[in-house]
Amino acid sequence: MSHVINLTVNGERRSIELNDPRVTLLDLLRERLQLTGTKKGCDRGQCGACTVLLDGRRVNSCLTLAVGCDGIDVLTIEGVARGDVLDPVQAAFVAHDALQCGFCTPGQIMSAIGLIREGHAGDDPERIREAMSGNLCRCGAYAGIVDAVIEAQKTIAATNQRRSA
Amino acid sequence: MKTFDYIRPTTIAEAIAAAAAPNASYLAAGTNLLDLMKGNVAQPERLVDVTRLEGLDRIEQLPDGGLRIGALVRNAELAYDSDFARTYPAIAEALLSGASAQLRNAATVGGNLMQRTRCAYFHDTASACNKRQPGSGCDALGGENRLHAVLGWSDACIATHPSDFCVPLVALDAVVEIEGRNGQREIALEALHRLPETTPERDTMLEAGDLITAVRLPPEARSFAAHSRYLKVRERTSYAFALVSAAAALRIEQGTIRAARLALGGVAAKPWRAREAEKILVGVKPDAEAFQQASAAALTNAKPSGDNAYKIELARRVIVRALSIAAAGTPERVPALPASPFSPVPGVLQHA
Repeated sequence: MSHVINLTVNGERRSIELNDPRVTLLDLLRERLQLTGTKKGCDRGQCGACTVLLDGRRVNSCLTLAVGCDGIDVLTIEGVARGDVLDPVQAAFVAHDALQCGFCTPGQIMSAIGLIREGHAGDDPERIREAMSGNLCRCGAYAGIVDAVIEAQKTIAATNQRRSA
Repeated sequence: MKTFDYIRPTTIAEAIAAAAAPNASYLAAGTNLLDLMKGNVAQPERLVDVTRLEGLDRIEQLPDGGLRIGALVRNAELAYDSDFARTYPAIAEALLSGASAQLRNAATVGGNLMQRTRCAYFHDTASACNKRQPGSGCDALGGENRLHAVLGWSDACIATHPSDFCVPLVALDAVVEIEGRNGQREIALEALHRLPETTPERDTMLEAGDLITAVRLPPEARSFAAHSRYLKVRERTSYAFALVSAAAALRIEQGTIRAARLALGGVAAKPWRAREAEKILVGVKPDAEAFQQASAAALTNAKPSGDNAYKIELARRVIVRALSIAAAGTPERVPALPASPFSPVPGVLQHA
């Protein structure tokens, strides 16, 4: 039995027919929509490489069935920059050399964007480390990642303050 | 993964009818179920997606002073609800000590109660496991079993229940609201999960088609807010299951404990309420001697199921520490490292 789902991916509305209910959101993004920025690491919810935002909340796309995503808004790494202008989190990762091989980086960045939107960690490195523990980095770029999240958080807070002033 | 039929009902009645079929399973966030299906540990023929059912995603104050938490409330949503965290701080701390931020954003209250054991032999389809395949044996007995149960286990199964959330819930007398083929009923959370005995394949008292619709906290649960903590010892500081955990909640008046609640995680096939320990604590001063007596009482019937005798002593120490930090007072905010023994945050009375 096939299922039709309607969802928004990076601002674009999509109608997709699924002929197999087993397809995960991760596989849908990578194999059907050619959005290969979202990475498949463990495929079991342990590494965070597949992190995307669903209705604004960071989740593991490998543990999300695509068929359940009807009506949902998905944001992937491909949707965060505005043209050539990087998202503040992306810019901070570059500035702080917060990666080595780069495989985990899309997931790290999506998780950091989610974390900053959640607003519970502030600029406390301990809270940031704790809230990023669902994203593994085998190259061990953690120190740079925490610095990047702190800077991005400050940049975004300052921008929001200017806007509301 | 074996294929399945996917059904997304819009009413509870439709959901129950669909899920009462043989080999049907409810699907909420799927953070546990989908993982089990990928490993062929779970092979449901029908998934009944309950995430679009109306009215199950609310946190409601009840007129009697209790609280009803809908089964579809997400872990993160509950833990960061400021009223909830202030009133039931040990539950918020337990929630935030579990899984990762991504999983907490997805995982639901009902799903947390229904999660399966993390026993490696249950997850490995090449191993014998009475829980996965009744009658096949238990490779955890005599295997790598340092993480396994020290209370309530049987020769059929020595697995533990992995939930953090359930531990303070059981301590605070949470009640589970269920809707099934024969209408609505409720059951104490403490009675929901079963000990393995000879039928470890049955994790809970639920019957085919039964749907958890809410978890309710009785009015008294809020009286422990000033002295409530969750402590969890694990092999990593974050994103790891408990070796042993404890939820401790005290009501202290004029320097004397008037009511005490204590439950353990990581030690049995269910969240383990330590009522003998609670009795010892009532009417005494909250000091080290009382906490040690209570911790000894809680583990009286403990027995190693393999290479895990250390867990008994660890559980005693976790209890003493959990009671000590609860007595010191609930911190104003959940510490940066929730439930961690490494957390430097001292207790301060939040509701003095």
